[in-house]
Amino acid sequence: MNRVVITGAGTINALGNDVPSTLAAMREGRCGIGPLEIRDIERLSIQIGGQVKGYDEQAHFNRQQIALYDRFTQFTLLAAKQAMAQSGLSLAGELAAKAGVVLGTAGGGVNTWDENYRTVYEEGKNRVHPFVVPKLMNNAAASHVSMEYNLKGPAFTVATACASSNHAMGLAFQMIRSGMCDVMLTGGSEAMLCFGGIKAWEGLRVMSRDACRPFSANRNGMVQGEGAATFVFEEYEHARARGAEILAEVVGFCMTSDAADIVMPSAQGAERAITGALADAGLDRADVGYINAHGTGTAANDKTECAAVAHAFGHHADRLMISSTKSMHGHLIGGTGAVELLACIMALRDGVIAPTIGYEEPDPECALDVVPNEAREAKVTAVLSNAFAFGGLNAVLALRAI
Amino acid sequence: MDVAAKVIAIIAEQAVLDPSDVKPENTLEDLGIDSLGLVESIFAIEEAFDITVPFNANDPQASDFDISSVAAIITAVEGLVAAQS
Repeated sequence: MNRVVITGAGTINALGNDVPSTLAAMREGRCGIGPLEIRDIERLSIQIGGQVKGYDEQAHFNRQQIALYDRFTQFTLLAAKQAMAQSGLSLAGELAAKAGVVLGTAGGGVNTWDENYRTVYEEGKNRVHPFVVPKLMNNAAASHVSMEYNLKGPAFTVATACASSNHAMGLAFQMIRSGMCDVMLTGGSEAMLCFGGIKAWEGLRVMSRDACRPFSANRNGMVQGEGAATFVFEEYEHARARGAEILAEVVGFCMTSDAADIVMPSAQGAERAITGALADAGLDRADVGYINAHGTGTAANDKTECAAVAHAFGHHADRLMISSTKSMHGHLIGGTGAVELLACIMALRDGVIAPTIGYEEPDPECALDVVPNEAREAKVTAVLSNAFAFGGLNAVLALRAI
Repeated sequence: MDVAAKVIAIIAEQAVLDPSDVKPENTLEDLGIDSLGLVESIFAIEEAFDITVPFNANDPQASDFDISSVAAIITAVEGLVAAQS
């Protein structure tokens, strides 16, 4: 089996418009969550989010591109540009045929749906712009990335709610490991911070009105974020032969289904994904120094996740660190695992563990080292990234320093 | 602005050209407007004149709306506007 390494990374999210600024924010424990600036905010009961502020689409794209690129596609293309530039890859000929793109998004072009529903329902118009369908479709971002970078192999989008990005990256990893592909652009994106996108989430009554405080006893729900992160996954020998800078190695992946409930998570399903990823990676439990938690800040997720980690790791659970960066960038839903993988890379490369900010009161049901409020320096050689989605779909990635 | 000038302005914007560079004898192909660009132009024409253009992208030739040149499009739009009033 081929080894798989990461040779490029890019992002735009509430913490920053690129990887260095995002990692700096995580290191400082800075919060990107704040008052939302969107239309009809006064009709929402949830008015905070991890929004990409000061974003001007015209600074990045021309009129014709904007007509075709929903916000989630724009975020993806901006992140992909950074990742491809860092990798130094240029794809042509046979390499292009063995290069592909797998991205995660839960909602796709939610802003486009929202705006055009307004047009026909609220304004009563009987005509919408002809590009509504190609703009809102969930695979739009993957397709535009494939066109931009000449990725001619497998190209598709995965929608598994909050685990979309982890499923996407796991599949990209497997495609290179199996020899199907040499290069995969992967990650995910979400742009749901519009009236309809937030109104829908309000309905579930799992949203916090003030802050995302994962693992804290006084946590009161999740906070949505938006943005994208993308990575270049590359076959190890290929990367080495061209002298590419290697950020980390992807060593394992496991996906499981709770097969139990459409919204309530199961500790057993999560634990099977964690132990499965370790087995797939050939890692010993004691090798893992850090876990980037799913850590949504809901009552249900955090205690279930801690129970799963405690059970999967036994005594070692008390020695590893686990943090939720959603406290800073919010929950990017289908794009969340991608942004969170940046924290994993920072842990492996820089020896800096991103904190769980907003932590105020210990919860006996979350009695792990959650790296409260301040980043920590620590040498770790292997990490996991958890994602546990609505629908009971779990996806865990394992990375190692190289 | 008369119908011809408005149509030319819409086509010019789509082609990223100055309106003075769009000639009546030009075809959309001459101007570099592809099938998506055509559909977007028709949408803009419908919005500008508040008309419905009988155009089916599956079979442009079969449509009543003549798109063979800029002049033909102007004539067709003038007909639709006249029929409406």
